[in-house]
Amino acid sequence: MLKFTAEHEWLKLEDGLATVGITTHAAEQLGDLVFVELPEVGAELVKDGNAATVESVKAASDVYSPLDGEVTEVNQAIVDDPSLVNSDPQAAGWFFKLKLKNVADADALMDEAAYKELIG
Amino acid sequence: MDDHSVLKTTTLNALHLSLGAKMVPFAGYDMPVQYPLGVMKEHLHTRAAAGLFDVSHMGQVIVRAKSGDYADAALALEKLVPVDILSLKEGRQRYGFFTDDNGCILDDLMITNRGDHLLVVVNAACKDADLAHMKAHLPDCEVTLLDDRALIALQGPRAEAVLTELWAGVSSMKFMDVREVPLHDVACIISRSGYSGEDGFEISIPQDHAVSVAKALLEHPDCEAIGLGARDSLRLEAGLCLYGNDIDTTTSPIEASLEWALQKARKAGGDREGGFPGADRILGELADGTSRRRVGLKPEGKAPVRSHAKLFADADGLQELGEVTSGTFGPTVEGPVAMGYVPVSHAAAGTQVFAEVRGKYLPMTVAALPFITPTYKR
Repeated sequence: MLKFTAEHEWLKLEDGLATVGITTHAAEQLGDLVFVELPEVGAELVKDGNAATVESVKAASDVYSPLDGEVTEVNQAIVDDPSLVNSDPQAAGWFFKLKLKNVADADALMDEAAYKELIG
Repeated sequence: MDDHSVLKTTTLNALHLSLGAKMVPFAGYDMPVQYPLGVMKEHLHTRAAAGLFDVSHMGQVIVRAKSGDYADAALALEKLVPVDILSLKEGRQRYGFFTDDNGCILDDLMITNRGDHLLVVVNAACKDADLAHMKAHLPDCEVTLLDDRALIALQGPRAEAVLTELWAGVSSMKFMDVREVPLHDVACIISRSGYSGEDGFEISIPQDHAVSVAKALLEHPDCEAIGLGARDSLRLEAGLCLYGNDIDTTTSPIEASLEWALQKARKAGGDREGGFPGADRILGELADGTSRRRVGLKPEGKAPVRSHAKLFADADGLQELGEVTSGTFGPTVEGPVAMGYVPVSHAAAGTQVFAEVRGKYLPMTVAALPFITPTYKR
């Protein structure tokens, strides 16, 4: 199941585990990324709290946690090569995996059709 | 300035939009921050080939002595800038800055001897204040804003080849030369200078012909339109100051490491020593030094360190040194680059300092400027 947030993150949900990244739209808006900072494995994230930082040539931007949960894995590949987020934001450019505190909370997030309507 | 409806536009505004530019408010103007190529590729393209920048928002101002004599205009302007303008030869340009009574910097500018008058180019954000300043202090000169001319910068190793298509004589110009030449039968004023660290030109064009000249230059396969985003990363790699970030009314030229812009004639023992606002402080600092200096800063890691990041002597953030005034990712350097102010005790190249970024103290090394090797055609 694929879900989206108004902060332009996507979540792929499998067995209470959410793989999180930023949307193609967000990656296009940010431009070429040159730096990515990810949370620590084991970090407890809260919904809408800072989870990661991305930087383009021009500016730094925060990436927020879409839900409450614990980070179980991070994608070192995008730290080593931030351009992966631009070239493949919704697959190889994932950010981190989150073990959700309340799986049902994901139901309140947008589906793909609703997200597409949001970004026009 | 958030309200786009009050923003001014340059003559090239419609051209930017037709090229797909992302527009942002800058110094009261609606300006292109990037084109579809993106900041990274625009930066690299400028260093590899040629980039065209709209800098029409800057102020082009004529200073003409009522006597009609260049020397009178030069001596008048020397009352406001610590630069030797009198000995500037016709068709030559020089960098300078307006100083205030505290010996700090009101704006930086380019000054050209145009034979019987001076042409000065000032920053967009300071344009109105600079005009008022000159009008108030130069009673024997006519000070005229050329608001009917556009200004285009053409920068990069292929800039000469691109401009040659419109004017074959371009190769005879050297760095800081200024010539008036016809491009497409339009009288343009061309200087061989810029703000990227590359060889290049700035071209002043009568407004009605600016779009056709810009389009003619962009027709060359080596020439791409470049936005303000890449303009900033290019100038920072080149170690050039941005007024409002790296220099302002809290920094003296000597603190800003700009003493190279003061010629002998205006320094102690020179023919026209002092005689500009804040001369006591500035000449005193030239003799005795300053307590802090603007330096290049190279972050040791991959994270960019942006302006206003605080600088410390230690990794625990105990001894504060100063702050970063400009910082970004340098596409040519392939890593973060920055500039900032530190006490002279920490200003030597190779000194390690620490910048506070998101609660961490990131190591940086004081580095010689510029970060790239400029390719000015001297």
